[in-house]
Amino acid sequence: MAGSGKAHLRPHDETILRVEDLNVEFPVGRGRTVYAVSGISFDIAKGETLGLVGESGCGKSTTGRAILQLPRPTAGSVQLKGTDLMQIDGESMRATRTDLQMIFQDPISSLNPRRMIGEIVAEPLAVWGPFDEDEQWKIVADMLDAVGIDPGVARYKRPHEFSGGQCQRISIARALVMEPELIICDEPVSALDVSVQAQILNMLEDLKAQYGLTLVFIAHDLAVVKNISDRVAVMYLGKMCEVSESDELYANPAHPYTNLLLGSIPVPDPTVSLDDTVTAEGELPSPLAPPSGCRFRTRCPLADEMCERVEPQMRRINDDHYVACHHPLIEADPATEVFVNNT
Amino acid sequence: MTVVGSDTERLARADNTEPLLVVKDLKTHFQIDAGLVKAVDGVSLEIERGKTLGIVGESGSGKTVLSRSIMRLNIANNVINTGSIMYDGEELITKSSKQMQKLWGVEMAMVFQDPMTSLNPVVRVGRQLTEHLRYHLGVGKPEARSTAIELLRSVKIPEPESRIDNYPHEMSGGMRQRVCIAIALACGPKMLFADEPTTALDVTVQHQILNLLATQQRDRFMTMIMVTHDLGVVAGRADEIAVMYAGKIAEKAPTGTLFSDMRHPYTQALLWSIPKVSQPKHTRLSAIAGRPPDLINPPMGCSFSPRCPYAQDKCREEEPPLVAGSTPGHQFACWYPVGSKENEEAYAKNLADGVAVTLAAEGKIRATEELTAEVIADIAELDDSVIDVSDSVDEGDS
Repeated sequence: MAGSGKAHLRPHDETILRVEDLNVEFPVGRGRTVYAVSGISFDIAKGETLGLVGESGCGKSTTGRAILQLPRPTAGSVQLKGTDLMQIDGESMRATRTDLQMIFQDPISSLNPRRMIGEIVAEPLAVWGPFDEDEQWKIVADMLDAVGIDPGVARYKRPHEFSGGQCQRISIARALVMEPELIICDEPVSALDVSVQAQILNMLEDLKAQYGLTLVFIAHDLAVVKNISDRVAVMYLGKMCEVSESDELYANPAHPYTNLLLGSIPVPDPTVSLDDTVTAEGELPSPLAPPSGCRFRTRCPLADEMCERVEPQMRRINDDHYVACHHPLIEADPATEVFVNNT
Repeated sequence: MTVVGSDTERLARADNTEPLLVVKDLKTHFQIDAGLVKAVDGVSLEIERGKTLGIVGESGSGKTVLSRSIMRLNIANNVINTGSIMYDGEELITKSSKQMQKLWGVEMAMVFQDPMTSLNPVVRVGRQLTEHLRYHLGVGKPEARSTAIELLRSVKIPEPESRIDNYPHEMSGGMRQRVCIAIALACGPKMLFADEPTTALDVTVQHQILNLLATQQRDRFMTMIMVTHDLGVVAGRADEIAVMYAGKIAEKAPTGTLFSDMRHPYTQALLWSIPKVSQPKHTRLSAIAGRPPDLINPPMGCSFSPRCPYAQDKCREEEPPLVAGSTPGHQFACWYPVGSKENEEAYAKNLADGVAVTLAAEGKIRATEELTAEVIADIAELDDSVIDVSDSVDEGDS
């Protein structure tokens, strides 16, 4: 979108999380504000994996954290199973966080180096119960086993004794131990080698099937996101560009920005000629002073005067494929075209 | 030596057909408390002028140490370097840091992975750019400045006249990497090392930087070694690719051959484990089980054998030599190379014995099997309390 709009949202009863008009702003002194996330809306159905992609600084991590109310967004609503997390008080929010867990990018620094693995994974249980230690250990051991760590060996060891991939497995076990409704994975495999990355991605798929997890998967690697996601949302400078079922998005990108991202992926095949036509020179504009209209217009090859004036709204192109662009690369099938403008 | 590659200089470089770099049996070992880390263990390679060699491998495979050893950047008391590095007819392995200083920047230069930390944060980029112009070429201040502006322009930094007075923090990551490239190119080196030049960058910026490196290489007729963990980055850009594993070259071939006729199981596994955009969603990835081996006590025989789906008893006992493949320039070190009849038989045998499944297809590994060299070193160094040190080390070695 670099635009707004909610045409892509599904009915309330089909989703467990619905985020509407989310705004996150950070004051940075001297009266200036970083507009990290500006009016994005999305939803997630139970058992679905939503991929959030975009360049650094596009607000994808901020969006993930805003769901957890860390920090509380500036405006908008975050509805988890019908409860608006923006409206409830701190104590209820604390209780609700057991349903929301997070897996971070750097597996080693996200584990406390001075504590033993058994304690780290059991900590959520120590807060919320069961309080009996043997019972806790039983749950923890099952969970460690599920993520491929030998519980007997790991219990009294500390994070530095494990490799990056193993630490990420332990982080995942810690996130799963409360049996959350929704897990936010913030670049969980970017710090790992390709071989370990494949292990972790396969494991997330297995765990998802086993525990019926719902995931928000934040990453900058488009191939990784495609592999794991049912639905993908592309973000640019705090706005949402395109939302679609993932196979469709990669086959028929409608937004020029999605096309740029896809054209930039290095393909491990020497026979694929390097496509220089899609390369946009230039970089992300500052979120302190985002461009007017469509935020992508400064780098967009198709931008015209309308893009400068009017912010594009989400509109449907075909089944479960929505784009916010005045000049989408594929045109909507006239029979299915639906314009929705709620703003 | 011209500052920015002129046509005559470029043509002179192109005329010379001797390989620029010939490395023979290079070994870099680090003596640490836990033992001798064989980070690079007998690597031989040759690069012709104007070509790009891609070095690919996982973390800990020795690819970065190899490139730094060739540049002689890791000279220290605990580093043992043996072998031969012939650069343009000159032996580098016997040179001291002081002697190497004359070559760094002028003959060979390096672009590092992290543009955020490889620039000095308190010095304007202009001075960082002109520093070795003035040191090596004795260029005067005003001339150095105008050369620096030209360099910034050649790496496509907008408004170089004002950007030259910026501090690194005033630039974005992609811009800083461009500055790093400009610094590396300043004295017109014949050889450029790029150590994961785009790993810290976004995919769109990565594309720009890789294109920039390719055009600069062509314009200046440079020889380039590109170190990366991403086969995708080198696939379209390197003339030749060397796949490293446990400090050794597992397979080396011209890029086309490597992808069309790969023989080493590790190369295959590496390529298969990358998620590709062309695959439908939820495609199960072929993960390589386990982790790169402990470089202090590498496994007997082939170092990839504990993770290899085709491994036989022979692999676990005898180390395979690097042998020539059917295409010129193709070398691989494997007893049961991919695509051969022996390989199929080995796989069938492992499947029948139920070995292959536990080794390759299944991503579940036990903590004990994964302990790596650095972990063991950490235990030996740091831990004095709860954990039984000897116990952990034993597990790691098993």
